[in-house]
Amino acid sequence: MKRDLLTPLDFSKEELNSLFDLACDIEANPAKYAHACEGKKMATCFYEPSTRTRLSHEAAMLNLGGKTMGFASAASSSASKGETVADTARVISCFADIMVIRHPKEGAAAVAAHYATIPVINAGDGGHQHPTQTLTDMMTIRSLRGSLDNFTIGFCGDLKFGRTVHSLVTSLARYENVKFVFISPPELRVPDYITEMLNEKHIKYTEVVRMEDVIGSLDILYMTRVQKERFFNEDDYVRLKDFYILNKDKMALAKKDMYVLHPLPRVNEIATEIDDDPRAAYFRQVQYGVYVREALILTLLNIHVPEGGQTC
Amino acid sequence: MLNVGKIEEGYVLDHIKAGRAMILYHNLGLDKKDWSVAIITNARSEAMGKKDILKVECKIEDLDLDVLAFIDHDITINVIKDGEIIEKKQPELPQEIRGVIRCANPRCISNAEPQLPHIFYLSDKNRGIYRCRYCDEKYTETDNGAIR
Repeated sequence: MKRDLLTPLDFSKEELNSLFDLACDIEANPAKYAHACEGKKMATCFYEPSTRTRLSHEAAMLNLGGKTMGFASAASSSASKGETVADTARVISCFADIMVIRHPKEGAAAVAAHYATIPVINAGDGGHQHPTQTLTDMMTIRSLRGSLDNFTIGFCGDLKFGRTVHSLVTSLARYENVKFVFISPPELRVPDYITEMLNEKHIKYTEVVRMEDVIGSLDILYMTRVQKERFFNEDDYVRLKDFYILNKDKMALAKKDMYVLHPLPRVNEIATEIDDDPRAAYFRQVQYGVYVREALILTLLNIHVPEGGQTC
Repeated sequence: MLNVGKIEEGYVLDHIKAGRAMILYHNLGLDKKDWSVAIITNARSEAMGKKDILKVECKIEDLDLDVLAFIDHDITINVIKDGEIIEKKQPELPQEIRGVIRCANPRCISNAEPQLPHIFYLSDKNRGIYRCRYCDEKYTETDNGAIR
């Protein structure tokens, strides 16, 4: 039976640990995996613009010796002629071995997975889920801290539409003693289905408006961009886009071993003056994203690479 | 008290909140059947003050009552066979509701591609919360999203 990645919860904790272990091995021994996907093709179906997510998946497949094809906007696909996601998924299944989809509508990846006969990776479905970013974030936290248990993480910015936040909170809620701090203006608070889930699991969280009030208590600060494309009303976007800016003054209030993550692209919510701060981990995060996507492709294609480096 | 003749086989749905019988009538798809249906509204009730009652004459296996609990879980379902009540039960919340209510989230794929079925899953049994299978949006009654 084929497997897909639609939400981070599609993988158990044990499966995630295996995935991260594999990603670590890929990082340490890239040559061992250089031909693992020879003869395999990955279709990247991107209905809305993305630079790093699409290129990260393509880089991952190329690093594994596979090939990539696809489209980078809805305008250059049959969607512009009115083709449904279901039909596109059926058609792509005839061309490729694995499909990566990004779509502005929430739930589109689930539809693709239902109709495709090949593994489907959700690379973002509107404001809903972005599981490969979550795997990237978790891999980064695990690598920087050595564990996904026992820490306090603050999420700052657009927590309402920020799908990376929703996915990461849901995933980290499965680990031991993770405390959540949500920092946002009232209009961009984290949705109720996330807080309902935390309440059901009796997991502690706090919601605040001022970053300065809580930054000193955090082990990880996850910054997000207020995304223009998520707003129906431009006035609301303009009013909220500069609500938070992380700068040297705020970093001075943080712990010496607090790491700053960001799913990127950044606009102005992180001042460039802190890019050289050793706690700024957002560019390292991008590199971890390639390793973890390599591990994901191998896992979904059920390709095992033994010590010698040949596939089996 | 208004009297309506008894039925040989079918259902008497009792203790419906007053004013909701017609919502049930549509959501059970009764408007698309040629069965005999009696709709009694604002009947006197000691427990409820006023209540609605639906009597549906049909083969027992022909009516899908899954959606009942979603609309009103206090309803009493009387199953009638050979003119007698053979079972009295309360509706149970279905794990899935398909094609009955519509997702109110304008960003949901189910509202962009009309051929997709609208599917909701039971996310919180204790509170009777349903969420869209595609986008996880919570359904609320004010969504006014009946499909049937």
